[in-house]
Amino acid sequence: MLRRIRICLAIVVVLLLTWLFIDFSGIAAQYAGWLAKLQLLPALLALNFVVVAVLLLLTLVCGRIYCSVICPLGILQDLLSRLRPRKNKKVGRYTYSPEVRWLRYPVLLLFIVAMVAGVGSFVALLAPYSSFGRIAANLLKPVYVGINNIFAGVAEHYGSYAFYSVDNVIPSWPTFVVAVLSLIVLAVLAWIGGRTYCNTLCPVGTFLGLFSRFSLFRVRFDEQKCRSCSRCSKACKASCIDFKRHTVDASRCVVCGNCIEACEFGALSYGRTVTASPASSAHDGSGAGAEATVPSLVRPDETLDSSKTGKARAESSSATESSSVAEPSRRSFLLSSLSVLATAALAQETKIKMDGGLADIENKVAPERATPLTPPGSLSARHLASHCTGCQLCVAQCPNHVLRPSSGLLTLMQPVMSFERGYCRPECNRCSEVCPTGAIRPIGLDEKSSTQVGHAVWLKKNCVAVTDGVACDNCSRHCPVGAIEMVPLDPADEHGTRVPAVNESKCIGCGACENLCPARPFSAIYVEGHEVHRTN
Amino acid sequence: MNKEISRRNFLKCLAGGTAAVAPGAAFLASCKQGETHTSTDETAMTMRTNPNTGDVVSLLGYGMMRLPMLPEGMPEDPQTGPFDQEMINRQVDYALAHGVNYFDTAPVYCRGLSERCTGIALKRHPRETYYIATKLSNFDSRVWPLEESQKMFENSLHELQTDYIDYLLLHSTGNGGRDQDGKDLNGLDCCRARFLDNGLTDWLFEQKKAGRIRNVGFSWHGDYRAFELLLQLHDEGRYHWDFCQIELNYLDWFYANEINGTNVDAVILYGELEKRGIPAVIMEPLLGGRLANVNDDIASQLKHRDPEASIASWAFRFAGTPEGVLTVLSGMTFMEHLRENVATYSPLRPVTPEEHDFLMAIAEQIFGQKEIPCTACQYCMPCPYGLDIPSIFAHYNKCLREGNTPQSSGSPTYRRQRRAFLVGYDRSVPRLRQASHCIGCGQCAPHCPQQIDIPRELRRIDDYVEKLKREG
Repeated sequence: MLRRIRICLAIVVVLLLTWLFIDFSGIAAQYAGWLAKLQLLPALLALNFVVVAVLLLLTLVCGRIYCSVICPLGILQDLLSRLRPRKNKKVGRYTYSPEVRWLRYPVLLLFIVAMVAGVGSFVALLAPYSSFGRIAANLLKPVYVGINNIFAGVAEHYGSYAFYSVDNVIPSWPTFVVAVLSLIVLAVLAWIGGRTYCNTLCPVGTFLGLFSRFSLFRVRFDEQKCRSCSRCSKACKASCIDFKRHTVDASRCVVCGNCIEACEFGALSYGRTVTASPASSAHDGSGAGAEATVPSLVRPDETLDSSKTGKARAESSSATESSSVAEPSRRSFLLSSLSVLATAALAQETKIKMDGGLADIENKVAPERATPLTPPGSLSARHLASHCTGCQLCVAQCPNHVLRPSSGLLTLMQPVMSFERGYCRPECNRCSEVCPTGAIRPIGLDEKSSTQVGHAVWLKKNCVAVTDGVACDNCSRHCPVGAIEMVPLDPADEHGTRVPAVNESKCIGCGACENLCPARPFSAIYVEGHEVHRTN
Repeated sequence: MNKEISRRNFLKCLAGGTAAVAPGAAFLASCKQGETHTSTDETAMTMRTNPNTGDVVSLLGYGMMRLPMLPEGMPEDPQTGPFDQEMINRQVDYALAHGVNYFDTAPVYCRGLSERCTGIALKRHPRETYYIATKLSNFDSRVWPLEESQKMFENSLHELQTDYIDYLLLHSTGNGGRDQDGKDLNGLDCCRARFLDNGLTDWLFEQKKAGRIRNVGFSWHGDYRAFELLLQLHDEGRYHWDFCQIELNYLDWFYANEINGTNVDAVILYGELEKRGIPAVIMEPLLGGRLANVNDDIASQLKHRDPEASIASWAFRFAGTPEGVLTVLSGMTFMEHLRENVATYSPLRPVTPEEHDFLMAIAEQIFGQKEIPCTACQYCMPCPYGLDIPSIFAHYNKCLREGNTPQSSGSPTYRRQRRAFLVGYDRSVPRLRQASHCIGCGQCAPHCPQQIDIPRELRRIDDYVEKLKREG
């Protein structure tokens, strides 16, 4: 019974969460967005104490049900291990193994240190929900979008607007590779030993294990009934049942119920602990439990405090970095734009105009931004770095392909903005709505269009008004806040060539100008990020 | 092709006939039923006579401006590029077999490949069985000097693989342009600079005397003063225009001027030509398909009037009815267009006065839709910034016709219409070629024979799209 309920819930949860990561229409965010916010680490980072308290209480009472039913990566491990063919379906293939404490706790400790120090890439690599998001968004979404596009083609054929085609892009190859590797590691571990990752590596699992060790309800042995047949141990994907000693390691048990169902003699049951466990261990348990809960309640504040100092350091280092980086990047920008001009000039040697045909359009290339752009709602680069777990939900949901995972070493897989495929449109705040960790805080549309995440910079060398001598005001025309004015290039010549001038105090850094600039591959106007967002 | 069809029909009839109880009678009866709408008598095409040369010209002329293209992704031909020469050959064969003998091309059509494709297709038939019309498309100021224009003419002969042109036109007189100093000229001055002041027209009439050109005429769009000037030269006896090409259809008959203040109603243009006995060659009888793609309401009215007639046939009958019309050009991309139009003119049923009034009432309704009068002639293309201008206009017009341009977000059908507009927009025009990328450089505008202020219209559409997106 326990097992059936668990499986039903798990399937619903994993389907909804997968849908959330592959959906592009924004509907999933409305119906399944809450599931992302129920995840422990994101809730902890978002300082969502209600969710954290409920989850901890749940674990203290019922054991690690979270890992069986709420954590999508846990469910994914179960699915992967089920793929392995079995000769005898009734008897499991797992064996008991002792707890690997020397690995479990150092990994958790390292994880906490990385979080405090703001090494987002390490956090993103280990956090279970983020791994799942990465795998779903990078490996499943392209398939889903591909199938959708086939439907869209069919719908188009029949003049229906039920499906529409969406650009199918891999937002960043490094992240894609990490996603593939994550899946391979996970699949191998799940194939061999069921929940090895969950038991030994997963920081969230270890953290919850600290609580479940003392849970009120747990799987217990009735030694009278046990015939030591070993079926429970073989059925236990968490490898936590020692049938010889009649013990169940509650710190690793995810309350899946497989053992209860496997036992033919009714020796295993799920219930209150008091009777079964020896008095000494029960006593020990309560004492350690008290110790364990105190630091855990303190920990969030601790994290905050130390993250502040950590971030201050990060800020100063990146500030010096940005000033030193700005020059070469602009130089390379100009150099490349010059070479582009040269080729354009060559192409100009054409015959007279003929009618029809389409001009080739070169793809845009992202400029090197001295300061990376972070999405509205993320408050500052530091806030984003310290709160984001790199789950890819915002990237997967961004309808304009603006967000993509960073390739920076410290911020690997955390979102950054760039405008080669689209720009941050004024009617959209989806990333802020879906972010479960509060790295991108919820932001209203009005607030968003007055938040300056960056400012536009005009590059004379690339501007078509200067290079091609044509009238162009596309950046100015599309600026949603009217921050770009067309002014005479030569102040003395009021009627001469007009070029855009950016009023930095009004610019919000949405990238409309950069995206719609006709200069290719490098835009003549591009957005530099602000480390700390400003409101005007 | 037609032979295959008639053979298939014949076999079908035969099968039906043998199955019947009284074979002989049933055979005849079923053959009658089996005759399809488009099967036509190969000798029934209405012909008109050119009073100047006595040429007997088919009322349907083949416009080589909208040639069929290879399916996307097919490798281009080194000679004929993306155009489907095999299909062009087949269609030209069909046209000739059904009496069509006037082929109208120009050096700039179809990315500059139309003359070549036409030449290849026609070369396969005896030269005296058809008339070739081509033009002096010296739009670029680099071609304004006499020698350059002469080169253009010689090149036309080369591409068309012939040593004489039956009908040569000064191309789109009345269009404005930019001279070599970068100064914008109006239609009148541009006409002078391109054709008169450089001695080009005199030279063309010399070529006519030499037998390399059989008829000299002009096509006109735009500035009416250029039209008046050229007719004045005709009246003064300086040049004798053998023919003149104008835009004529039931919408432009009375509404050309209302649609765009710089244009002139076709009734006036045709009247001026008729007065002088100059044969009229008709272009845009269907407005690039706009008169075949009418909204449901108008389609229903046309079908109520004549259930069997296609929507397009009304436009062709209208354009072919005036007796002073020598031929009606149609850019028939598909074999089906060609078949249908051949059927419409084999023979022509002239539009009766009642039908004329009926079509004028239809024109009033079409005018009321405020469509953008683009005929997809591609003169504005390629846009140097990659926009697909005709497709943007076509999508906008389609949404206007289908009622998918919602104005108020309060309306109950708003969401459905908005989706149809935006999803359809992405389908019809790739994002990078949409109106949001128009920088307003204005290079397209002078090329437009319909005098559409293209940048302004593109920005109007873009503003509308922006509004729809933001009100999502």
